[in-house]
Amino acid sequence: MLYLISITILLITISFIFDRQKTFTALKIALKKFINIVIPFIFMLILISIVFLFFSESSISEYLDNKNIYLNTLISALAGSISLMPGFIAFPLAGLLKQSGVSYMVISAFTSTLMMVGFLTFPVERNYLGTKVAIIRNIISFVIALAVAFLTGIFFGEILL
Amino acid sequence: MKKIIIFLIFVLYFSFIIISFFLNFSIGKSIGTNFLKYAYDMLKLFPFAFILIGLFEVWIKKETVEKHLGERSGSMGFFWAILLGGTTFGPLLVALPIAYSLFKKGAKLSIVFTYIGAASVCRIPMTVFEASYMGVKFTIIRYAVSIPLIILFSVILGRYLSKKNYQIKGEK
Repeated sequence: MLYLISITILLITISFIFDRQKTFTALKIALKKFINIVIPFIFMLILISIVFLFFSESSISEYLDNKNIYLNTLISALAGSISLMPGFIAFPLAGLLKQSGVSYMVISAFTSTLMMVGFLTFPVERNYLGTKVAIIRNIISFVIALAVAFLTGIFFGEILL
Repeated sequence: MKKIIIFLIFVLYFSFIIISFFLNFSIGKSIGTNFLKYAYDMLKLFPFAFILIGLFEVWIKKETVEKHLGERSGSMGFFWAILLGGTTFGPLLVALPIAYSLFKKGAKLSIVFTYIGAASVCRIPMTVFEASYMGVKFTIIRYAVSIPLIILFSVILGRYLSKKNYQIKGEK
């Protein structure tokens, strides 16, 4: 949080010193991008506010965590593979899950497969790469995502070798 | 049509919340509190994330990077492929046509697959959001693990497919 604020302030100062015009353009782009996502974002907040009425934060972490972290990682990797969600929704959501106590490894499996594996976009991908190569690419991506999740688990001390 | 439905849902939702507060209806009130709480939690980093994304977009132009990936791409090609992937804005569906055009311009298959991988893994706006909400450590681990593996698999896949005279098709 503090990182982000200081890096942003530093970069915008540097940018401003070098090129005032470009910096204003950057701010305009930022505002435009923000406006573009306001509606889907509010929509997501509406859903979350209702869903979290039934599942408290602690019950979510109970579902997603503890007992069998490997199984949960796998389930979360599968969920990420079949979901389609932009980063500006996925990561605030991931941050929320982390706050409620879900482990980094499980979240990493979800966000990594979300980025790399595309079940719903497969028909389009097949058009470009051909069926066989598209399947190979998705399988490789799934394996890489699991490797990422696994090492995330190790580096955050959630699993022991 | 879709817009009207979303608008109706918004109106319905917020009037429900406001009425709940007036009538002291506890379920509606806690939904409203939830909304504000999560809105604050999630939105507090938005201004910084979006300003960073705006700065990147202004200072790093995709076209400049793309120039370096034309006909001849040695091992530096991987570096440029990753940089280009990072500056690709939008999902895989945006990366595929670019991958196709790289291939047509003569980039090696291993470079093209590295680009596709990088475009799904290193996109700068997404990375900014990730690091903001999950922490820099989380992001560094992901980059350190996924990029070498993507290059490795791209080289293997590229070699295998080159032998079979594989071609990337454009959109039909």
